[in-house]
Amino acid sequence: MEIVNFTPIPAFIGGALIGLSAAFLLLVKGRVAGISGIAGGIILPEKGDVPWRILFVIGLVLGGFIYQFMGFQPPVIEIEAQVGTGALILAGLLVGVGTTVGTGCTSGHGICGLARRSPRSLVATLTFMGSAVVTVFIVRHLMGA
Amino acid sequence: MLPLIAALAAGTLFGLGLSVAQMIDPAKVINFLDIFGTWDPSLAFVMGGGLLVNAIATPLIMRRKTPILAELFRTPTKHQVDSRLIIGGVLFGVGWGIAGYCPGPMLTSLSFANADILTVVAAYVVGTLAARLVLRAWERNKQAKLQQVN
Repeated sequence: MEIVNFTPIPAFIGGALIGLSAAFLLLVKGRVAGISGIAGGIILPEKGDVPWRILFVIGLVLGGFIYQFMGFQPPVIEIEAQVGTGALILAGLLVGVGTTVGTGCTSGHGICGLARRSPRSLVATLTFMGSAVVTVFIVRHLMGA
Repeated sequence: MLPLIAALAAGTLFGLGLSVAQMIDPAKVINFLDIFGTWDPSLAFVMGGGLLVNAIATPLIMRRKTPILAELFRTPTKHQVDSRLIIGGVLFGVGWGIAGYCPGPMLTSLSFANADILTVVAAYVVGTLAARLVLRAWERNKQAKLQQVN
């Protein structure tokens, strides 16, 4: 094991901003800030419960824009996809199916669920983290990609 | 109108947080998951920061009878652990490990609007739609069977 590119301070500040967003959404709307759940209710619309979801997702993109235009470091120009088109399609499909079947992702289970001390979210988080670590091990170290 | 503005504000703060934390960089995400190789532990601090704020704020918020701009709290069930949860978690983890995108960073990255981002988001939308349609049909089927029995 070799530790690389360790940036704990921006990571912690970013995490705290995410936490504030989730707390604010719960306080104001009474909803959990799970991104896959919010997006899923747009993709196959939940009747009478769509507009706030769309505004939240527009906000996500807006947050990305604000980061770029405020000139934060590192610049996003250096960010690029790590795999080819076929792998991106496979990954996108799996993330869509997996978060829908498992009712949540890194935010809903990983941050909101654990903060609510939900055993269900703890099991989900350990499952997808474990599965992702094993996947990276297989792809990087066994398949040598 | 106010709830919509609040949702926009919450989304913006969330997207900014993901960007500041560099979770929108799939190279960083994959290195975080690469415990046995070139490990970048930073993203554990994202979860730490998010959890710290939420673990303090959530119990305080839940003391209220209702949210400020809605009639009730609609939070998910906490205790039920079933095979669906595990199967979904495994599939999601494989997808996350392959490309380094989970849903939040993926949608926030639409702000770069390049072909790779559009590809992965399109596949995510298709996967979500397919799974929701299948699950909905399955639930309806199950309910219909229950009614027949009764």
